[in-house]
Amino acid sequence: MTPHSKYLDVERLVTDPNTRVIVCCGSGGVGKTTLAAALGLRAAESGRRVVTLTIDPAKRLAQSLGLTHLDNTPRRVDGIKTRKQNPDGELHAMMLDMKRTFDEIVEAHASPTKAAQILANPFYQSLSSSFAGTQEYMAMEKLGQLRKSGRWDLIVVDTPPSRSALDFLDAPQRLGRFLDGRFIRMLLVPAKAGGRGYVKVMQAGLGLVTNTMTKLLGTQLISEVQTFVTAMDTMFGGLRERAEATGALLREPGTAFVVVAAPEPDALREAAYFVDRLVEEHMPLAGVVMNRVHRSRAATISAGRALATAEFLDGEKTPATGGSTEDATSATLTAGVLRVHAERMTTQAQEEKLIEGFALSHPKVSLASIPAFGTDVHDLAGLRRLGADLVDQPAAG
Amino acid sequence: MPGYARLVSRDAAARDRDWEGVRLHVVTGKGGTGKTNVAAALALALATGGRRTLLIECEGRQGLARLFDAPPLPYTERRVAVAPDGGIVYALAIDPEEALLEYLDLYYHLGRAGRALRRLGAIDFATTIAPGVRDVLLTGKAYEATRRRISSRASRTAAAPPDSADPDAYVYNAVVMDAPPTGRIARFLNVNSEVAGLARVGPVNKQAESIMRLIRSAQTVVHVVTLLEDMPVQETIDGIDELRALELPVGGVVVNRTHRPLLSSSDLKAAAAGKIDIEAIAHGLKVGGLTADERTATALRDETVAHAQQLAIERKLRTKLKQVGCPIYDLPELDRFDIGRLYVMAAELGRQGAA
Repeated sequence: MTPHSKYLDVERLVTDPNTRVIVCCGSGGVGKTTLAAALGLRAAESGRRVVTLTIDPAKRLAQSLGLTHLDNTPRRVDGIKTRKQNPDGELHAMMLDMKRTFDEIVEAHASPTKAAQILANPFYQSLSSSFAGTQEYMAMEKLGQLRKSGRWDLIVVDTPPSRSALDFLDAPQRLGRFLDGRFIRMLLVPAKAGGRGYVKVMQAGLGLVTNTMTKLLGTQLISEVQTFVTAMDTMFGGLRERAEATGALLREPGTAFVVVAAPEPDALREAAYFVDRLVEEHMPLAGVVMNRVHRSRAATISAGRALATAEFLDGEKTPATGGSTEDATSATLTAGVLRVHAERMTTQAQEEKLIEGFALSHPKVSLASIPAFGTDVHDLAGLRRLGADLVDQPAAG
Repeated sequence: MPGYARLVSRDAAARDRDWEGVRLHVVTGKGGTGKTNVAAALALALATGGRRTLLIECEGRQGLARLFDAPPLPYTERRVAVAPDGGIVYALAIDPEEALLEYLDLYYHLGRAGRALRRLGAIDFATTIAPGVRDVLLTGKAYEATRRRISSRASRTAAAPPDSADPDAYVYNAVVMDAPPTGRIARFLNVNSEVAGLARVGPVNKQAESIMRLIRSAQTVVHVVTLLEDMPVQETIDGIDELRALELPVGGVVVNRTHRPLLSSSDLKAAAAGKIDIEAIAHGLKVGGLTADERTATALRDETVAHAQQLAIERKLRTKLKQVGCPIYDLPELDRFDIGRLYVMAAELGRQGAA
């Protein structure tokens, strides 16, 4: 894609039977969800049984897949065109319902009475529907479940549009740490203080903490948290283990991270940040997909030349200069066309510079790109075309 | 565009400002629409002519520091830019933990004990236990800065040195908040009900009420940044509906990165319909001394059709946006990525009456 980068072979990535999980990540607004769907479709049409897990509730994605809506269970997508030699391909799509997923974990891990108690707890309700990080944690949980079911050759995950790119990696641990943390343990202490000797020593400090928290948050919240923590106590170990297992799953060789970016300064900065972080954490990074890259098929005409010619044609068009009306019409049109082209070439040059900068600073990272379309993708054919464009890269340097 | 600055300074006194009397501008928008850029440009525009504005970042990304080519912002108000005709933009990156400690210190004089709380994980606990608490801390800081007067306790320690003689004057003429994206904005601002569900008593709840009064007052507006693309426009419309349903004050819609027409309107119309004569292009290219082969002419035709269709979509989406009944401000696509872009955007916002 640029002389400095390696080429990301998307076709191999999605068709390789060893690729079991693809995680698409990147900042908001770069086309992550659409790309995840396109990768899923490409893999399904090569004969694999694929499920895409999306977090984005945008209706248009469901529509482009021909589904009326998406929910917490995989729904089969019709209209997949598999090849004759591998006719078994299937594409299913689902959207994460984080509260439902959390409820299911509670139901699976606690006795029916205890589960009912937890589910009714106001603090649990707030935690399961709006804790910053619950979404990421539940996405990972769902991924673990899908992987365990053995039903899928490939799972494509579209990560939540996080506050920062790092949330996705940090949140599962963060929720685990929170539920398992020192402070929440301390809140438990009053319930079982009798058995612990060191409690007395800490009593003064504890009083301050609980007092402040109570003042700050109100007695009711604190007591709700205490009830919740007591009820969840038996589950904590289970939750932490699950978080650890999912974390390990992300580092397995069958997993591939694809960072989605657009050739814009902010999006690329976020992508670079994300790539660095994945490498640092030894996550299996497949490469970066540059979305919406402008590429002219008339690149032999430079921006400068196009503009100069447009100016020249502007001078040509008056009938006073002896041209026919047809000549004048043609000159006006061509001048406009060349201005459009000049703008296109300027954008392209800027994008190339940005992408080159990224490639220079990340020489080991493979890249692929998707050309900018005039319009949004809104059906399977559009997703298919996107997938085809992605594998049909101009020869890498 | 060297003419911009002069243009604005001439108009500054006479122009009509759409948000006269508004002191807190909340800027939201879908990810990727340029929300942070617009917030920064708005702060510059509002500071134009010797005023003081504070720009608040609340998602811990240090995006503002990068925009202004400044080192990462600490949790203090720091001067980041000088506006045209005098005027200063200050910026602050709010960290919820620091905000909570400051808050505890203010109300309970906790001092060192506060740091002990942090070590125990209590601060992490309190800021994450209920997103409402976190949001109250973030909006609470904006609330405090918006209402801060030169005579107040906080202004003695703040970075902004007041030079006005009037102790009752506000330290900042306006506060601009680079807020969470459209999908979360209504919940973010509706702190009162968020917190009401959790801490039913206690100072956080009490403060939430005061914040809510400011947010619902005529002193606050929420601006939504969008691109003229399907999804951002839909999200903008949905977001505005949601804000209105909660009686939160909607300001203007800032349409970012619009494209200008490069062809005559009749040529554009023909191009949008795909009816554009390759022969005529080939002829024009030949007259201009360029390669006139069919491949080049076809490629150029396709680019022109794409341009015309893009403009047609933008027009259609603009009509759709107009139906929400908010003032619309247009910011053209810019081909520069340096700090100068903020000044160009600020001048545009000022010229159109947004500041």
